[in-house]
Amino acid sequence: MAATLPTDSVGRVSPQSVRFDEPLLLECGRELPGYTLAYETYGVLNADATNAILVCHALSGNHHAAGYDSEDARKPGWWEACIGPGKPLDTNRFFVVCSNNLGGCHGSTGPTSEDPATGQAYGADFPLVTVGDWVRTQARLADHLGIERWAAVAGGSLGGMQALQWAIDLPERIGHAIVIAAAPRLSAQNIAFNEVARQAIRSDPDFHEGRYALTGDRPRTGLMLARMLGHITYLSEAAMGEKFGRERRDERGAFGFHYGVEFEVESYLRHQGESFVDRFDANTYLLMTKALDYFDPAAATGGDLSKALARTTAPFFVASFTSDWRFPPAASHEIVRALLDINKRVSYAEIEADHGHDAFLMPVPRYQEVFSAYMNRVAEEVGA
Amino acid sequence: MSPLRADLEIVANWVEEGQRVLDLGCGDGLLLRHLFEQRRATGYGLEIDPEGISQSIANGINVIESDLDKGLADFEDDAFDQVIMTQTLQAVQRPDQLLSEMMRVGRTGIVTFPNFAHYRLRWHIAVRGRMPMSAALSYAWYETPNIHFCTIRDFEALCEALGIHIIERRVLSHDLKRPLIGGFMPNLFGEIALYRICRA
Repeated sequence: MAATLPTDSVGRVSPQSVRFDEPLLLECGRELPGYTLAYETYGVLNADATNAILVCHALSGNHHAAGYDSEDARKPGWWEACIGPGKPLDTNRFFVVCSNNLGGCHGSTGPTSEDPATGQAYGADFPLVTVGDWVRTQARLADHLGIERWAAVAGGSLGGMQALQWAIDLPERIGHAIVIAAAPRLSAQNIAFNEVARQAIRSDPDFHEGRYALTGDRPRTGLMLARMLGHITYLSEAAMGEKFGRERRDERGAFGFHYGVEFEVESYLRHQGESFVDRFDANTYLLMTKALDYFDPAAATGGDLSKALARTTAPFFVASFTSDWRFPPAASHEIVRALLDINKRVSYAEIEADHGHDAFLMPVPRYQEVFSAYMNRVAEEVGA
Repeated sequence: MSPLRADLEIVANWVEEGQRVLDLGCGDGLLLRHLFEQRRATGYGLEIDPEGISQSIANGINVIESDLDKGLADFEDDAFDQVIMTQTLQAVQRPDQLLSEMMRVGRTGIVTFPNFAHYRLRWHIAVRGRMPMSAALSYAWYETPNIHFCTIRDFEALCEALGIHIIERRVLSHDLKRPLIGGFMPNLFGEIALYRICRA
C-alpha cells in the first residue's frame, strides 16, 4: 500500500463474512446445508437503508472491489476506477456492498471449502451454481445487512448479467439495474472459449478429476493456459498492439531460435497466467465459466428476451465499449432493444474505448462521466 | 426548472398529455424532461453526442446512444404518438429517408429546421458571396455538421413527394420571436421553421 493513498480511494478496507445456516436449494437440484459469503462494504448505510448499492463481480473477481485490503497491497480492488469518493459509485453518498460469489475461492463457500458431509474440501463435488443462485444468496446478504431494496445493482461482464438477473427475479428489491459490458447470453464463440479454458484445466495431469486438493498437486499449467486464453479475449487487437507490438525482450533484435519467452506479449501472458494461478482455484474457474454458459434469462420465455424482462420495474443503465469483442456492443444493444420493445425505462451509452472487454475496469473519462451522471440521478432519487 | 427556449415551447405545446414521444437528436434532453414532467409524456431520446447523452441522463430522461443515419430500426411501426426532430434534419445524411422513418414509427411528427432562404442568409450569398453564418447557423462551411440545408419551400416539396401531410406550420425570427412582418412571405422572413406533420 502506498504511504499516502489517493484521495479518491476508499482507502484501507477489510473483508467481512457472514454464515447462513438455512439450507439453499440450488437450480441444479442439489442443496447446500449452509454457506458463508465474504464481502466488503464502502461508505455508510443511511438511516432508512435506501442508499445501498450491490456490486457484482465478474468471472475472476471477488468481493475486494475497491481500496487496499492490506498494508502491503500494491493494487487496489478491481473496480477502483468506479468506486470511491467522487467516483460514479460515490462512497460519500452510497453504501456499496460487494460479495464474493458462492462457489468462489476468496472466502465464500466454494470448492476449496470443507464439505461437512466428508470433512474434506468439496473440490469437484461442489455443485454447479447459476446466476440465479447468486441472486438468491445476495438477497440473503441484503436481509442480513438490513437492506430491503438496493438503490441499484451494478456490475460489468458476468457482474452485469447478475444485475440483469436481479431485475428479473426480485424486481421489488432493486431500484436500478446497471448493466455494463454484458450480454443477454453467451454466443457460441464465447462458450467455445470457455470450453477451451475448461479443457486446458481438466486435461492437466495434476487436475485429478478435480480432487487435486487431496493430492497436494494443483493443475497450475491448465489454469494458467485458461487465464492466458481468457486474457487475450479481454483485450482488443489494437490494445495489445499498442501495449506490446512485436517488441522483444532481446533488444538486439536477433531471433533466439528457441521456445522460451522472446516477444513481450509472451512474457506478459505468462506473467498474467502465473500470478493468476497463485490466487485462483481451478474448480472455481470451471464453475464460473459454466455459470456464464448457462446464463440465458430468455430461455424460460421461449427465447423472447422482452418477455423475460416484462416483470422488471427497475430502470436500466446499459453501457458497452466499442472495442469489446467478447461482449460486443451488439450484445448490450440486444438488451436495450428488448427493453425498448416493452416500453421500459432504459438509457444506453456505447463508449469509444480501445481496451477491449477490460475497458469496464478502466478509468475511461467518458465512461466515468456518463456512469456518474446516471448514479447522480439514483442518489437524488434515494436522497443520498 | 428554467423555461424552455421559445421554439421548443412551441414544440412542447404541440405534444398532448400522456403521449408516447421519441425525440431524434434530443441534445441535452431538456425538451423531453419538460414533456415528461409537464405533460406526463413517456418515451426516449436518441442522441449520438457523448456530452448530450450525459446531460440527458443528468436531466433524468431515457436516452439511447444512436446514429440517426442508420434509421430507426430499433422501433416498431406506430410505436409512438409523436416523433420529434428539432434542429437535426439538416445534420443527417438522408433527411428524406429519416422523415419516412419518422412517419413509420410515429403517428404524427414535429420537425424544426433553420430556413436557408431567410433574407439574411440570402444576403450573405447574394451580396457578400460567402456561405451564410448566423445565430441559427453558427458554423463555418468547412466544419459544419449541417450538411443538408433546405428552405421552407424545399421541405414542403419533399413532404409532398413523400406523401406527408403538413398539419401546421409556424416560423420564428432569428431572436425566436414571431417575425416582424407576421406570417407574410415565410420563406423570406422566417429563420426557423416548425412543422407538425402526419401521414397523408
